[in-house]
Amino acid sequence: MTKIKTLADLVKLRDELQSKQALADSADNAESIIQIKVGMGTSGIASGAKAVIDFLVEALEKRNIEANVSQTGDMGYSYAEPTIEVKKPGKDPVVFGFVNVQKADEIIEKYIKRDELVEGIIPVNYHTIDN
Amino acid sequence: MTKYKQIRIALNNCGVIDPENIEDYIARDGYMALGKCITEMTPQDVIKEIKDSGLRGRGGGGFPAGLKWEIASKNHADQKYVVCNADEGDPGAFMDRSVLEGDPHAVLEAMAICGYSIGATKGLIYIRAEYPLAIKRLKIAIDQAREVGLLGKNIFGSKFDFDIELRYGAGAFVCGEETSLIHSMEGLRGEPTIKPPFPAEKGYLGKPTNVNNVETYASVPIIIRKGASWFNKIGTEKSKGTKVFALAGKVNNVGLVEVPMGTTLREVIFEIGGGIQNGKKFKAVQTGGPSGGCLTEKHLDTPIDFDNLVAAGSMMGSGGMIVMDEDNCMVSVAKFYLDFTVEESCGKCSPCRIGNKRLFELLERITKGQGTMDDLQRLRNMSNVIKDTSLCGLGQTSPNPVLSTLDNFYDEYLAHVKDHKCPAGECKDLMKYFIIAENCVGCTACARVCPVGAITGEKKEAHLINSETCIKCGACMERCKFDAIIIK
Amino acid sequence: MEKVKLTIDNKLIEVEKGTTIYKAAKQLGIDIPVLCYMNLEDLGIENKPGGCRICVVEVEGRRNLAPSCSTDCAEGMVVNTHSIRVINARRTVMEFILSDHPKDCLTCAKSGNCELQDMAVKLGIREIPGQEYAAMSTYKMDFSPSLIRELDKCIMCRRCEMMCNDFQTVGALSAFKRGFEAAVGPAFEMDIEDSTCTYCGQCVAVCPTGALTEKDHTREVINALSDPTKTVIVQTAPAVRAALGEEFGLKPGTLVTGKMVAALRRLGFNYVFDTDFAADLTIMEEGTELLGRLTKHLNGDKEVKLPILTSCCPAWVNFFEHNFPDMKEIPSTARSPQQMFGAIAKTYFADKIKVKREDLVVISIMPCLAKKYEAQRDEFKVDGNPDVDFSLSTRELAHLIKQANLDFKSLPDEDFDKPLGESTGAAVIFGVTGGVIEAAVRTAYELQTGKKLERVEFEQLRGMESIRKATIDFNGTPINIGIAHGLGNARKLLEDIKAGKSEFHAIEIMACPGGCIGGGGQPLHHSDSSILKARTKAIFAEDEAKVLRKSHENPYIIKLYEEFLGKPMSEKAHHLLHTHYFDKSGKIEIS
Ligand SMILES: Cc1cc2nc3c(=O)[nH]c(=O)nc-3n(C[C@H](O)[C@H](O)[C@H](O)COP(=O)(O)O)c2cc1C
Ligand code: SF4
Ligand code: SF4
Ligand code: SF4
Ligand code: SF4
Ligand code: FES
Repeated sequence: MTKIKTLADLVKLRDELQSKQALADSADNAESIIQIKVGMGTSGIASGAKAVIDFLVEALEKRNIEANVSQTGDMGYSYAEPTIEVKKPGKDPVVFGFVNVQKADEIIEKYIKRDELVEGIIPVNYHTIDN
Repeated sequence: MTKYKQIRIALNNCGVIDPENIEDYIARDGYMALGKCITEMTPQDVIKEIKDSGLRGRGGGGFPAGLKWEIASKNHADQKYVVCNADEGDPGAFMDRSVLEGDPHAVLEAMAICGYSIGATKGLIYIRAEYPLAIKRLKIAIDQAREVGLLGKNIFGSKFDFDIELRYGAGAFVCGEETSLIHSMEGLRGEPTIKPPFPAEKGYLGKPTNVNNVETYASVPIIIRKGASWFNKIGTEKSKGTKVFALAGKVNNVGLVEVPMGTTLREVIFEIGGGIQNGKKFKAVQTGGPSGGCLTEKHLDTPIDFDNLVAAGSMMGSGGMIVMDEDNCMVSVAKFYLDFTVEESCGKCSPCRIGNKRLFELLERITKGQGTMDDLQRLRNMSNVIKDTSLCGLGQTSPNPVLSTLDNFYDEYLAHVKDHKCPAGECKDLMKYFIIAENCVGCTACARVCPVGAITGEKKEAHLINSETCIKCGACMERCKFDAIIIK
Repeated sequence: MEKVKLTIDNKLIEVEKGTTIYKAAKQLGIDIPVLCYMNLEDLGIENKPGGCRICVVEVEGRRNLAPSCSTDCAEGMVVNTHSIRVINARRTVMEFILSDHPKDCLTCAKSGNCELQDMAVKLGIREIPGQEYAAMSTYKMDFSPSLIRELDKCIMCRRCEMMCNDFQTVGALSAFKRGFEAAVGPAFEMDIEDSTCTYCGQCVAVCPTGALTEKDHTREVINALSDPTKTVIVQTAPAVRAALGEEFGLKPGTLVTGKMVAALRRLGFNYVFDTDFAADLTIMEEGTELLGRLTKHLNGDKEVKLPILTSCCPAWVNFFEHNFPDMKEIPSTARSPQQMFGAIAKTYFADKIKVKREDLVVISIMPCLAKKYEAQRDEFKVDGNPDVDFSLSTRELAHLIKQANLDFKSLPDEDFDKPLGESTGAAVIFGVTGGVIEAAVRTAYELQTGKKLERVEFEQLRGMESIRKATIDFNGTPINIGIAHGLGNARKLLEDIKAGKSEFHAIEIMACPGGCIGGGGQPLHHSDSSILKARTKAIFAEDEAKVLRKSHENPYIIKLYEEFLGKPMSEKAHHLLHTHYFDKSGKIEIS
C-alpha cells in the first residue's frame, strides 16, 4: 500500500474503497458478489466459527458460487454464536445465529441459492451511527 | 432514532469490518478524525471538543475524559505517554476484548489523537496476556498503520510523531487500577499507590501520562468526526453517549449490548435481553462487577448512568451486567464476588488484605447456616470500614456486593441466619431432604438405599427422613419412583 | 514557600504546602496513631506506603477517610481526627490486623517493645470478634546467623523493604504473594541466607513487630558462663555504652560505660574488656596500610589501589562482596575491631593467662547484627574454634542484665580490666559515622608528618549528611576524604570509583544510619532520629573526656607490638589482624 502523506491522500483512498464497495453491493452490476462475514471474536471462535469459515470457503468454491468470505469481530450475539452475516447484492444484510457446518450448508443451499428463508435469523436491534 | 434501543458507537465497526484489514477501516472513515485533528485543529481545539462532548471514562470511574486530557496537556515534560487500559479484569466482562478484536484501529486512532492533544509521542497498550486474539489483531493493526504512515513520524505530513507499543499484563485484576498498571509496566510489583499524584501529573516513568479505557478511546474518533454536539445529544444530563454492557446470567439473549446512557435496566434486560430464561422470575441484576452491587425490581426503571447507579448502591464499573433469577441465592452471590476480591487483592493495605477475607469467611458461615444476628451487624460494619479505609478502588468498592444485598435482600440473610434456610435453594448446606407423605407409598426403596440409615418407616406407610443423620447424598431421591422426596 | 490554612479538631493552623495532615496535627500536639509510617527526620529516611490505614482521619467533604500520614493538607480543609467514624474505623482495622497475627506476646522477642502491641493497648482492643473461625496466613520460619524472620507476625508495613531497598540498595526484601498471603521477604521466598542480605540489621531495627528479630545468643552465653572449665571474657563495642542506658529508662545519650562494666562483671565474666582496645589496634594497622598506599601513590606508583576503603563494618564487607566483587582489592585488609580483639585474645592474652584456646570463650557486645555473621565466618576460626565465640547485641545484653535482676541504674561505675580494656578517644569515635576516618587521620597525620596535632578534633569529618567530603592538609599534601553512612550512599561512591571519577584518597563507610550508634542491634529508636543524635553526642563526649585521644599513644597497644606483634603490618600482624575477601556475586541460588 502506498503511504498516506496528507489528509487528501486519505480521503482519496477512502473514496476509492467506498465506491469499490458500492459497486460490489449493487444488484445490477455484473461484478457484484455475495459478501459473507463470519464473527470471529474470541467467543465466536470458541463456539466453532473457525470450522464454519473453513467450510464456507470450501463449499462455496466447490459449488461454484462466487462470494467473498471474510472475518469480522464480535457481532454481540453471544447467546447465538457462531454468527454470520450474509449480504446479497442489492439486499439488506441478514445475520444468522447458531451457525454450525450443517446450518452453513443449509444457508448456502436455501438462502444463498434460492432466497428461501432459513431459521435462525437474528433481527437487527440497533442503530448505527449513520442512521 | 427510537426504533431500536441500541446505538452502536464504540461497537460501530465491530462485526462489520475485517479487523485485520486497514482498508476496511479506512472505507468507514477510519483515520479521518486523526487527519482532521492534525490538519485542521489545534491540540486545545481537540481537548475542547472532547470536553464539550461530555465523554466520561468507561473504565469504571466515569472521570471526564476531556478534563483528564487537559490536565495531562498542561503538565509540561520532555516526554509524555498515552496509555490504553486493556486489562479488563472483571469476571465475565469482555467489552474491551471485543472492541480490540473487532475494531483495533479505532483505539489506535484515538490514542494518536490523544497524543496530539496532550503532546505525547508514545502510546502504550497494557493488555492482558490472556487475550491472544486481541493482541494478534492489535499487532497487525499497528504494523499496517505504520506501513501507511498513520503511525510513526510526521503523520499527515505534519511535525507530529506518534507510535504505539504493547505491554502485557499477567491478568491480575488490580493491575487494571491505573497506578498499579503503571507500576506493572515499569516492571515493579503491580500494586497501587496513593493518589495524588495522579498519572496525569506523574505517571509512567514519572512522566505525565494519560490513562483511558479501551471503550473510552473507541468513542473518540466518532466524536471528532461527528462533533461534540452530535455526541452530547445522546445520553443523560451528566452521562453522555452510549455504554457497552456484557449482558450475562439468566437472560435469554446474553451478549454485547450498547445502549445510550439513560436506557433503563428494564429495557436492557427485558427488551434487548429478551427477558429471563425459562420464564422464571427476575430477581436481581448485578452491575459493575466485583465493585458493583445487586439491584432489584424497584430499580428496573432507573435510567442507567454513572450517577444513578451509584445512588442506587451499585456502579457502572466497566460494564458487566449479570441477571439473576429466583434460583440465585443473594448471600451466595455476595460470597462469589468476595471470593474474587480476596483472590485479587494486592495485599498492600490491611482493610482490603484482611478485611475482605473476614467478610468472605462470615458469608461462608452464613451460607452454612452458622451465622448469627451479631454476624449480620458485623458484616455491615466491616463492609463500611473497608470501604472507608482501603487504599485503592478495589477495596473501596469490594464490599458493595455485600452492602447492596444486605440492603435489598435482608430477608434472605435473615432466612439463612434465623431459619437456617436458603430460600433460593442454592446453599447446599442448608438444604434438607423431605418425604411428602401423600406421595409416599411406603415401598421402602429409599430406606434400603440410605447409606446412613436416616430413613425410617413401616412398609406401605409414609416414610420419614431424620435430617440430623442425613448426609444429603441424594441417593434416596434418585431411587424413589413416586417423586415423593424433595429438597427444601 | 506557599502556605495553606486548615482546621484540625477545631484548631486553626497554617502550614507549608506539602505538609501531611499527620505532621500538621503533630504541630498542634495531636498525636494521630501511625503504624506503617516511619520517618527518621534529617536522615532522609521515610516510609510512607499508606498501607496500614490506622492513621485515618475524617476530612469534611471527602467520601472516604483519609490516611493522615500520606495526605497533604489543603487550603480550607476541615479535619477531624477523633470522630466516632474514625475511632470505629481505626479499631476495626486494628482488629483486622490482629485477627491475622499470632497471639504470642508471652514469648515474643519484641514483647514490651512492640509497636503493634502498643497500638493494641492504645486502641483498647480487648477481643478480636470472630477469631475462632478466622484463618491466619502462615509462612515458614527463616533462621540465619544474624536474624530470624517469622513472617506470621508481619503486618506488611513495608518498613524493612524500604530500608533494604531504598536506604541500603541491597534489595534483599520485597513484597511477595498477593492478597491475604502477601508478606515481605527475599524474592521467590528463598531463605535470607541465600539472598544478597548483608546482615546490616536495619530491617530488624525498624520492624514494628516480632517478624524480624536478631538471632538470640543469650542462652549460649549463659551456658558458657555456667561452665566452670571455661574462662569467659567479654568485649564491648564503643556504640553500646552510648545506648544501653535507654533500655533501663535513662535518657538517650546517657553514657553508661562504668555501669555496663559493673553489670558485666556481676554477670560473671572473668575479664571485662573493651573492643576499643582493638579499635586502636585497627587504626595502627589500617592507618599504616593507608600511609603505605598513599606514599606509593605520591611517589608515582600507578599500580597502587586508591582510594583505600575502611573495612571495619562487616555489613559493608558483605555488601561489596556481593555487589562489587571486582573491587575487592580496594578495601583495607584490616579485620574489624571485633575480630582483631578475638584474634589477640585467643593468642596473646590466652598465653598470658595460660588458658588453652578452647577453654577461652570470647563474647562480644555489639550494636550490630552483622557481627554475628562475621563471628562465624570460616576465615576467623582456628581448627573450627572461632576467635569470637558469640556476639550479642546491645538489646540482648540488656535482656541478660534484666534477667540477672541487676538494678542497672544504681550500679557503681567500674573500670575495664587490663590489658585489653585500655583505649583512647580515637577508638571511642569508631561508633559514629566519620569516626573511624577521624581516628585514622589523627594517627596517620602524626606518623606521616612527624608533627604533633594541636587540635585532635576534625569537625569537617563530622555530621549526619549522608555523604561528606573533606580535604585534610598533610603538611602540604592535600588528602581527600570521603565518608558515607548507609549502603545506598556507599554505592554511589563505589560507582564513582568504578567509573574512574573518584577524587578521594580514603573513604570511610558504615552501613547504618549515623554509624554504629544506629546499628541493627541497638535499642529500638522507634523512628525518633533525635535518639541517634543524642548517642552521637555521647560518643564525642566520651572521646573528649579521655586523656589519650590518639590510637598510637595507647600504652597497651605499644606494649602489644613490643611483646608480640613486632610492628604494624608485620607478618604476624598480617596473619592475625588482616583478612581477604570473597566474590559472593554468584551466591544467589533459588532452591
Ligand atoms: C481494582 C481496579 C481495577 C480496574 N480495572 C480496570 C480495567 O480492567 N480496565 C480499565 O479500563 N479500568 C480499570 N480500572 C479503572 C482505572 O483505574 C482507570 O480509572 C481507568 O483506566 C481510567 O480510564 P477511563 O477514565 O477511560 O475510564 C480499575 C480500577 C480499579 C480500582
Ligand atoms: S484496596 Fe486492596 S487492592 Fe487496593 S491497595 Fe489495598 S490491598 Fe491492594
Ligand atoms: S509482634 Fe508484638 S504483638 Fe506480635 S506477638 Fe510479638 S509482641 Fe505480641
Ligand atoms: S539485614 Fe540489611 S541487608 Fe539484610 S535484609 Fe535486612 S536491611 Fe536488607
Ligand atoms: S517484616 Fe516487619 S518491617 Fe517488614 S513489612 Fe513485615 S512487619 Fe513490616
Ligand atoms: S500510618 Fe498511615 S497508612 Fe499506615
